[in-house]
Order: sequence, then structure tokens, then C-alpha cells
Amino acid sequence: MAVCVAVIAKENYPLYIRSIPTENELKFHYMVHTSLDVVDEKISAMGKALVDQRELYLGLLYPTEDYKVYGYVTNSKVKFVMVVDSSNTALRDNEIRSMFRKLHNSYTDVMCNPFYNPGDRIHSRAFDSMVTSMMIQVC
Amino acid sequence: MAAPAEPLPPVIYTMENKPIVTCAGDQNLFTSIYPTLSQQLPREPMEWRRSYGRAPKMIHLESNFVQFKEELLPKEGNKALLTFPFLHIYWTECCDTEVYKATVKDDLTKWQNVLKAHSSVDWLIVVVENDAKKKNKTNILPRTSIVDKIRNDFCNKQSDRCVVLSDPLKDSSRTQESWNAFLTKLRTSLLMSFTKNLGKFEDDMRTLREKRTEPGWSFCDYFMVQEELAFVFEMLQQFEDALVQYDELDALFSQYVVNFGAGDGANWLTFFCQPVKSWNGLILRKPIDMEKRELIQRQEATLLDLRSYLFSRQCTLLLFLQRPWEVAQRALELLHNCVQELKLLEVSVPPGALDCWVFLSCLEVLQRIEGCCDRAQIDSNIAHTVGLWSYATEKLKSLGYLCGLVSEKGPNSEDLNRIVDLLAGLGAERPETANTAQSPYKKLKEALSSVEAFEKHYLVSITNGSQGRTRMAQCHGMGLQRVAGRRKKSPQKAEIYLQGALKNYLAEGWALPITHTRKQLAECQKHLGQTENYLQTSSLLASDHHLTEEERKHFCQEILSFASRQTDSPGHKIVLPLHCFAQLRDLHFTPSNAVVHVGGVLSVEITMCSQMPIPVYVEQIAINVHFSIEKNNYRKTAEWLTKHKTSNGIINFPVETSPFPASQNNLPALELYEMFERSPSDNSLNTTGIICKNVHMLLRRQESSASLETPSGVALEDGAHVLKCSGVTLEPGANRITFRTQAKEPGTYTLRQLRASVGPVWFVLPHLSPRVQYDVYSQEPQLHVEPLADSLLAGIPQKVKFTVTTGHYTVKNGDSLQLSNAEAMLILCHAENRAVIYSNTREKASDVSLRVQSSDKVTSISLPAAPAYHMIEFELEVLSLPSAPVTGGDSSTLGVTEPHRKHKDTQKAGYCMATTDHKVSIDCPWSIYSTVIALTFSVPFRTTHSLLSAGTRKYIQVCVQNLSELDFQLSDGNLVDTGSSGDLQLVPLNTKTPQHIYSKQSVFFVWELKWTREPPPSLRCQFSVGFSPASEGRLSIPLKPYTYEFQVENFFTLYSVRAEILPPSGTEHCRTGSLCSLEVSITRLSDLLEVDKDEALTESDDYFSTKLMYEVVDNSSNWAVCGKSSGVISMPVAAQATHRVHMEVMPLFAGYLPLPDVRLFKYLPHHSAHSSQLDADSWIENDSLSVDKHVDEQLDSGSIKSRGSVHSASSSEHKGLPMPRLQALPPGQVFNSSTGMQILVIPSKDDHVLEVSVT
Repeated sequence: MAVCVAVIAKENYPLYIRSIPTENELKFHYMVHTSLDVVDEKISAMGKALVDQRELYLGLLYPTEDYKVYGYVTNSKVKFVMVVDSSNTALRDNEIRSMFRKLHNSYTDVMCNPFYNPGDRIHSRAFDSMVTSMMIQVC
Repeated sequence: MAAPAEPLPPVIYTMENKPIVTCAGDQNLFTSIYPTLSQQLPREPMEWRRSYGRAPKMIHLESNFVQFKEELLPKEGNKALLTFPFLHIYWTECCDTEVYKATVKDDLTKWQNVLKAHSSVDWLIVVVENDAKKKNKTNILPRTSIVDKIRNDFCNKQSDRCVVLSDPLKDSSRTQESWNAFLTKLRTSLLMSFTKNLGKFEDDMRTLREKRTEPGWSFCDYFMVQEELAFVFEMLQQFEDALVQYDELDALFSQYVVNFGAGDGANWLTFFCQPVKSWNGLILRKPIDMEKRELIQRQEATLLDLRSYLFSRQCTLLLFLQRPWEVAQRALELLHNCVQELKLLEVSVPPGALDCWVFLSCLEVLQRIEGCCDRAQIDSNIAHTVGLWSYATEKLKSLGYLCGLVSEKGPNSEDLNRIVDLLAGLGAERPETANTAQSPYKKLKEALSSVEAFEKHYLVSITNGSQGRTRMAQCHGMGLQRVAGRRKKSPQKAEIYLQGALKNYLAEGWALPITHTRKQLAECQKHLGQTENYLQTSSLLASDHHLTEEERKHFCQEILSFASRQTDSPGHKIVLPLHCFAQLRDLHFTPSNAVVHVGGVLSVEITMCSQMPIPVYVEQIAINVHFSIEKNNYRKTAEWLTKHKTSNGIINFPVETSPFPASQNNLPALELYEMFERSPSDNSLNTTGIICKNVHMLLRRQESSASLETPSGVALEDGAHVLKCSGVTLEPGANRITFRTQAKEPGTYTLRQLRASVGPVWFVLPHLSPRVQYDVYSQEPQLHVEPLADSLLAGIPQKVKFTVTTGHYTVKNGDSLQLSNAEAMLILCHAENRAVIYSNTREKASDVSLRVQSSDKVTSISLPAAPAYHMIEFELEVLSLPSAPVTGGDSSTLGVTEPHRKHKDTQKAGYCMATTDHKVSIDCPWSIYSTVIALTFSVPFRTTHSLLSAGTRKYIQVCVQNLSELDFQLSDGNLVDTGSSGDLQLVPLNTKTPQHIYSKQSVFFVWELKWTREPPPSLRCQFSVGFSPASEGRLSIPLKPYTYEFQVENFFTLYSVRAEILPPSGTEHCRTGSLCSLEVSITRLSDLLEVDKDEALTESDDYFSTKLMYEVVDNSSNWAVCGKSSGVISMPVAAQATHRVHMEVMPLFAGYLPLPDVRLFKYLPHHSAHSSQLDADSWIENDSLSVDKHVDEQLDSGSIKSRGSVHSASSSEHKGLPMPRLQALPPGQVFNSSTGMQILVIPSKDDHVLEVSVT
């Protein structure tokens, strides 16, 4: 389903990034990093609109031939970036949205952990397994 | 249009298409009306109500009026809509019934029949009335008749199908009216026709679509049908609806492709799977690409053709709708989609063909958008086009790789062949762009023509493709670097690019891109010959865990081989930061407090974590040490330093997590402290707040120029003090390295730089953080003498601890301490004293016996031999002779009640122990000066005495109070008269056995005083008592007793006072409120004595008398004294002389009441000696009077009142007359025999209120 899932801190450093092991990890790192441009663009565009009731889901950030990069930004400006295979046409906006929501919930759980320092890399096993489930889940 | 007679031109699908309206009947008439009609028709919009719940629209209608021909009417099954005549109009000007009947009617009928044959029901008959024409005619029928006739003949039930147009070419209101009516009718009819015919068409179309599962169904056919509908909408300027048609087609096709991918293939789709032979990109400059349309119509289109055509139509419509950005967005989607679809359908595509197609298409879309927008619009919507640019860039890059345009040598023959093939697939340039210099076609051709041109174009697309997107720019920049770097063309530029990108990645903490960029950077730097930079990058890469073991080893080997190679210029050093080579984990001092004395050995053990993948031989590891002499050297004793250091001596260094972003890593945590500022005068709080102590760290400017990887910041520090360790092999992982040094100069040594040298390569850690320092100190020998207990007690042996801190002095055998003895303090020498020698760190070194020799003046203590920086500790017992200061005799001069005036203050403050100081001067072997040490001893007891009388018998009571914490045993309490008069006898009334006196408790001793002759006026006594601590059974030495000296004066009783209260005569008891008589009798007990000889004594004929004042005072207000309460009497100085005084008192309360006090004073007349200083001293005299009178402190209000009367009397007199004085008689001279007597008072019977006070 997703081929790469990344959580990016407010300061744009990765808190968590994981991609499917079969592909070159570096490529996804570059792809996620590049997509931050679009995230910034979208956030700043949104800044002009209503900030309060803004949509967390940023939609398709950055389509490439093979992959689609979707973005999601929390209220604390933590970004979630998900890369999915372009050929997977079964993945519609709604599915992506719900995946992001799941990701956000899991991230919130991580943040609720009193032993987790906000800003540290995420090593939570629960979060990891949730991401795994999103990556292998076949639609 | 103006020439309806001309043969129908072929349908051209352009914007100029309008719905067709046929005109039959009088062509000349129509020609005359046409200009006005075509002008008027679109002027007003008309609401078009739609079927299927679609929203109604306002629509401006235009029409293409053509001459009616039967061929125009569609045959059965013809689905063409564009050529479909929506309305048929018959024009006639006939106003003549004859003519009508003769020709027009026939013509109309024929026309109607044709229409009916084609089942066309949308028609209209227009009758034009012309006044001018009418006038010419003679036989004028009423005009309505023709219209009525027509309506009758043709429009059964639909009378509105016949419209009258009056005088169309005139300019009158009537004309206007009829025009309006006609136009409205025309528009309504047209719309009705649209609704009906389009509805029917749509229904047919849907039916056709439903058949798509049937074999033989062709997408291309359906495409043509639905497109027809789109055309009509476009024709009606309903672009939105037209776009919907295309979008539906698009979706349908996409769905088929997806289904095909899922194995559900439709037959017709296989046709689209034919190999791609042409890749000339999208064509967006024509509204309709007829070429492609025909291909589709002929079912010969490839997938790319279909997609291209579909998109070109969508693009056209979107541009009509003023939505150019949607074009860009859709274009990107389309291109991605096409690539995916080709993959899905497994269409064979020559390598590079798709890249060419995408590149061309991207540029075509971009140019098309640019063509219809102005610059400002494009600039503000860069976000929409940037994706296309970047896609084009990507494709160009892959083309470059494919065709060898980025390889070092340029394209080879195989590459050239490929280029030729690719160019062939482009075909010839299309005519519409042939004249444009910058057409995508030309661009691609040029880019593929040579390496230089390729780079130029690539750079252009990079700049365009990353506008406003820095990260993307970096990503592409890396691509460019690869392009440029590979060909050794402009590695400088590439290096700058990479450094920039790297900085960003580092700042944002992206580990993998950092590694990757560094790898390229290393390559680049190697090319450029930037040795230092290359080595640094190599060291970073060698320690990078994201690389494989082989890669890391390779880079490590690069460093090592460089280090071993360069031996020709020995002075040259290459300085690299240490952190990428190895990391300092912790540091451990021995001794752990990091304090050594001069000459001591200090070892520093560090743990270094080598980051290299292989063991590295390091020639030398050195720590640069900064030496500073501490200003406040006095504090630097071993003890002080020990208190202020970490206990275990291990300093941990924070582990550097290098690939973490600057924002996290560099900024230290806030160090906040609370702050209170108080005003200096009254210590009240002025301000309070929170202070951030490391503001300078937090708020300092981020050094933008200093790159993380430039070694310029690292400089070798030269210093005289260096800790070195040579020839170490650092294994991967933790290594322990030990440095040893011997402390030389005293001061503070701060560890500054850590460096490791591998050949000419120096890895330097510029600063150790947190600060690490060790101290070397030099100490003067010192002697401390302090008591073991809290305070030393006088009189009993006490232990005192001697501590000799040797410092830099070495104690030799034979060195001794010479104590000059103080008089009252003994140093007790035991048979064996032991001294303990400790090392500097309080470890016991040895235990030796101590020799103490005592002579008269000097006690000599031979010290055991001890090395420098050690401590010798031993204890001695000292004894302060307790009575010495007391017998010193200041008490003899003091008054009776204050035997220890010196201690009075301290006693008042809570009975502190009296102290004595003994000063001992000690000669130390290391100094020519004597050390004077003061020892303070506390006297454990406080003693008071008092004189007790019983008539003329006298007793002396001594109270000993133990103030110390210890319990004592008191023995041999003794009181002796030191006043030498032998006739006095002190008879002890005490037990002989030793008494125990507990801590904070008192013991009393009483002696009776007996005399045989006339007693002396004063008596000097000395009290002594032996004491020893109760806890210790036996003491080695006899202790001196505790003594106390005091003096008792005027102890002999002169007067006896007796008071008696008698109830009123006739009653048995006193009653409250009734007067009783108080009888006071004052009796002289002795004849004239020495003590009587004073001013009050008057002598007349051997008869002596003295004046006394008595005063009756009731302290507790039990009695009311009626009448005079005081008076002066003249008392004969003779034994048994008695004076009686009678007065009346009234009891105020019932019960057993104590008698009122009777006080006696000596009444001294004014003495002439005082008169000289009368005025000045009169107040003082008054004061002295009150002082003298102040015998008892418990003066109640009554007595104050009475005294006040005396005062007022005296003050009224004192100005002119000399004042008499009152002097209290010493307590020993008056014996009140009625003290403590009580008398029963019963409450009076007539008391209505009984007061009972319960206490």
C-alpha cells in the first residue's frame, strides 16, 4: 500500500522515516525531503485562509511517474508524508485520508508517552507496527 | 452565412460553429432581414431549462441560417449533431390571398411534407408584413386573413407556430414590438429544439454506452458520438458541459485500461496496445487536431494519439474557461498516467521515446499556458507549473543518460544511433510551430544534438523546475553535479552546489541524503585536489554508519594511505576535526578528585570511541593543557578542593549525535534561575524574576558562514603543557588511553585540545566540553588544635586533638612540637599516646606511638617521621585548673549580691557557663614563629549564696548549679571564714556523703553561723567543694576542688518587727468591710553596735536613739490601710526597746489573709556635706532614695502610691530645703517575726453580693 511513511518535525528533520525494504531507501528520502517544498507551499497558502478550521490533510503533494506523495500536517506543524505507488489506483483520497488519520492517532499516542521527548526520533514499537500494517496492507 | 444559396461547405470544427437553422420560402425577404436578425438574436440571453435536474442556464443564442434543402435533414440513424438543423423557418411576405392560394400554400405544404418525412417537428412560419407593399396592392384583404389562413392550414393546435413580423426594416415602435415578439419566439423554439434533440441524442448515446460490454463495441465509435455532444455544447458556448463529455470519455477509457490491467481486457483495447512509433508530444495550438481525430475515427489511433487528442480538447476547453492552471495540473496527471498506462498495457516503447514525448508535452503545455497568460500571472502561479518543469527536467536528464550526453567522453556511436532513432520518432516539425524559434520540438532536437546544448537546456529546466522550491533545486542540483562532475567539466561549480545542498541536509538532519551528498562531494573534491576537504569528507564517510562496511573501509583507507604517503614535507600538517574520527566518551582522573600536590602523580584515563571501521595506528594522542595560577591560592587546600569536585572523578562527555539538525543539537537547554533583588536599606523585596544564565549562548547569531565541515575553525593550539601518549592503535569502538603526568607548578590546569596524529593528519578536538581541569597545589605545613567535644570544661581532664598537616614539609625523626605551658592549664602526660598518620586522601598510613615529655615550662611532643602532604593526628588531655580565675579574687571587692559581676550579663542571658581562655604557644619545627593557640574552658558550675535569718540565728546557704551536660559527684563541701575573727563558728548542716549533681540541676549547702562575742559587721567566706565527673570511676590525677568566695555584711539582727491584727472588740473574727486594728511592734534586739554609728544616730546624755521609718504596704490589695500607713519613729538604741504603732485596716476579702507587710527604713537626716551640691544633685538624691528603698522588687500599686506621696512631699520641699534620705535596712538586720502569718476574715453578713474568686 504505502511504500514510504515519514514523520517530519516542525523544523523539517525526520522524526521517523521508513520505506519498503525492496526499494532504494535513499530515493525515498530524497523524495520525502523534496516534497517538503510543496508542504511549505501549501501551508503558506493555507495560512492566508482560515487557520482555525483548516484541513490537516494536504492532499497530493508531488506526483511522479511511479509514486504519489501525499501530505498531512498536524496543528503543531509536524508533517506526515506518505508515498504510495502510482499504479495502485485503488487508493483514493478517502483511503489516504483515513491512513493519515490512523497515523496521526498513533503519533499522538507516541507523544502521550511520558518517556518520549518531543523532538526525538520515534522508536515506538507500536508506531512501527502500525506503519508496517499500513505498508503491507493490500487493498 | 450571408450567402445561404451557396452549396453547404464541409463542416469545419472550429469555434465558428453555430446551430443550424434552415430557411425556406422567400429567400430575398430573408436576405433583407438577415442582418438585423443575426444582430438581434444573441443580444438577449435566454434561460435554458435542462432535463435530468441539470441547473438551468442563461444562454446567448446564435444561429447559422442556411437555405433549406432536403439533404440537410438527417437521415435515419445519422448521429451527427453539428450538422443537425435545429429549426426550420419558412419566410413569406405574402399578403395576397390569391398569391397565397396559388403558390405559397403549395410551397408550404411541400416544405411541411418534407419535414414530416424526416419527422422533424421544429419549424416556424414567419409572415412579414410590409405596409409599403400593402399600399401598392389594390385588393387588400384584411391582413389577418393570410396569417389566419396559414394558421388554419398548417398550424392546427399550434397557432403559435406562425409568427408575424411587421415592417421589419422600419424604425417604429410597432416594428420594435414585433421584432421582440418574434425573437423571443425564435429563441424559445430553438431552445425547445435543443432540449428535445439533445435529450434524444443523449438517450441514444447512453444506450450505446450500455452496450459496451457487448462484443464488437468500439470505444472509438462511442468516442465520436459523445464528442459530437461535446461539440454541440461547445457550439452553444457551454464549455463546462463540453468538458464534462471529455472527462467522461477520459474516465471511461482510464477505467478500461485499469480493468485491462486487472485481466479484464476488452477487444477494442488491444488496438491501443500497438507499439509506439511516434512520440511527437501533445499538440495544443489547434482547437481540434483533425489529424488525430481522423485516426481515432478510423480506429487507427494509438494510446498516445488518443490521450493527446483528448487532452488537447480538454486543454482547449479549460482555456476557454480561463483555467490555465488546471491545464498544468491535468497535464502532469495525464503524462504520469500515460506512462503508467503504457506500462500497464505492456505497450512496447523504444527506449527514450516516452522521455521525448513527456519532455515535448511538458514544454508544449507550458508554452501554451504562457501563450494565454501574462508574465505576472505566471509568476504568481509558479507553483502550478513548477511540477511540469521538474518533470521535463527529469525526463531530459534520463534522456541525457540514455544518449550518453552526460558521460565523460560524450556520446559514442551507439548513443548517436539512438539519438537518430529518437529524432526520427519525432517526425517532422508541425507546421504551426515551424516558425517559432523556441518550439519544444526545436528545443529537444537541439538538446540532443550536442553535449553543450544538452547542459544548457538542462540547466534552464532546472532553474525553471525548482522555482520557489529549494529542496527540489538541491535535488536537481545534485543531478546537475552528476552531469557536470562526471565529465570533469566544472567540478568547482558542482562542489559549491553540493556544499549548499549538504548544508541544507545537515540543517534539516536528513541522514541518508547527507551521506549520499558527501559521497559525491568526496568524489568532486578528489577531482579538484582539495586534499584537506577530501580527507575530511572521507573521515566523515568512514565513520558514517549508513554506508556499507566496504565503502567505509575504502574511505578510511584513503586517509591512511594519504597519511603514509606524504612524508616529503614533514612540517605540513593537515588538521581535521576529531569528532568524525573518534569520539571522546569519558575522562577519569586518578586521584579521583583531580587534585594533586606538587610532585604528585596524576593519571588521566580517557575513553575514546573510534568511528573508523578498521584499527588505526595513531602515533600520538595529546591533550593540550592550559595552565593558570589561581589568584585566590589560599583556598586551594586539599580539603577545599575535595569538597568542590565530583566524587568519582569521572567526567562524561555528551555523545554527539552528528546527523541531527542544528536546531536541536547546537542550542543548549535554557538555564533558568530565580532572582530576587532586595533593597539595601530595609531588605524588602524590590524585584523578582527569572534569569536565563546562558542567554549569550541562546541568542548569539547563528554563524551562517561557518560551514560545519570547513576545517578552518580548528586550529592547533601550542602550549607548554601537554599530556602525551604515543603509539596507540585505536580499535573500532571504545579504547581506553591513559596519560600520566607529574605535577610541577601549583595552579589550575585546564584540558583544552585533544588531538590524535596519524602521519601528517591531525585530528583535533578543539575544546573539551564540559570543562575539565585538575589542580596542583602546594601547601604550607599547618597545625590545628581543636577540642574533641563541643566545649572544654574546666576542672576535669579534657581531650584536645592535634592535627599536623605536613604540606610540603617532611617531618623528620626528632622534630617536635614545643608547647609552652600555661599556668593554669596542665597537659596530662599518659604513659602512651598514639599518633595516626594519614595520607592526603585521608587514608590511614601508619599508627605510631608518640613521646611526650613534660618539664616545668615546656611540654615537648616528638613527632613521628611523616612524608610531605600527610597528616599526623593525635590527642592530648589537658586540664584547666578550675578555681584559679575565681580565686583570682575580683569577687571580694564586689557587693554581696553580685559575687561574679563579670559574668552577670551572661548569666542573665540564660545562665551560660563562665569561660576562661588559656593561651598556649607552640613552636613548630617548620617555622621560626610560635603558633599561639587559645583554648577556651567553661566553668561547669554557677554558685550563689544567701543569708537566712531566724530571729537572731543566722544561716548561710550556698547553691551550686550545674550548667554543663555532664553529671558530677560533689564531695567535701566546706565553708570557711577567711575573715580571721576566731569567735565565729560555721556549723555545717549538710550530709557528709558525696552528692550527685545532675546536669542542669542544683545542690544546696547550709551552714549555721554562730558567734560568741559581738559579731563583726562583715564576714568573708570561702566555699569549696570537690567534684569529679560522675561517669568516670577513678581519675588518674587528683582534681582541685571548686571554690567560691563571698562576703556577707550586716548580718546581725537589730530589729524585730511583729505585726498583729485584732478583730474589733466583741467579735471573734474579722469581717470584711469592718475595721480591724493593726498592732505593729518594733523591738530593738541589741545595744549600740558598730553598725549603728551613722548619721541617724543622735546622742543625748548617753542615750542614743535613731530614726526609723515604717511603712505598711499590702502587696496583694487584701487590706485597705485607713489613715497614715507610714511614719517616722525615734528608736532608742537599747536592747528590748520597743515601739508600738497602732493603725486601722480593713479587710477587703474574706478568707485567710496574709498580714500586710511592714517595712522599716533608716531615716537619715539631711547631711550638711550634701548641701553644697544640692540643686544639681537633688534628683540624684531622690533617685538614690528610691534605690535605697528598692529593697523588694515586688512593689505593688499601694506602695507606689505611698512612695509617690513621699516623692511629692519631697519634691515640693526640695527646692529650698535639704532633703532627708531613706535607707533600707539590710535584710539581715530586720527580722519580721510575723512573716507568713495569716488571719481568718469571714464575710460580712450584710453583704448582698458575695464575691468568690476561685484561683
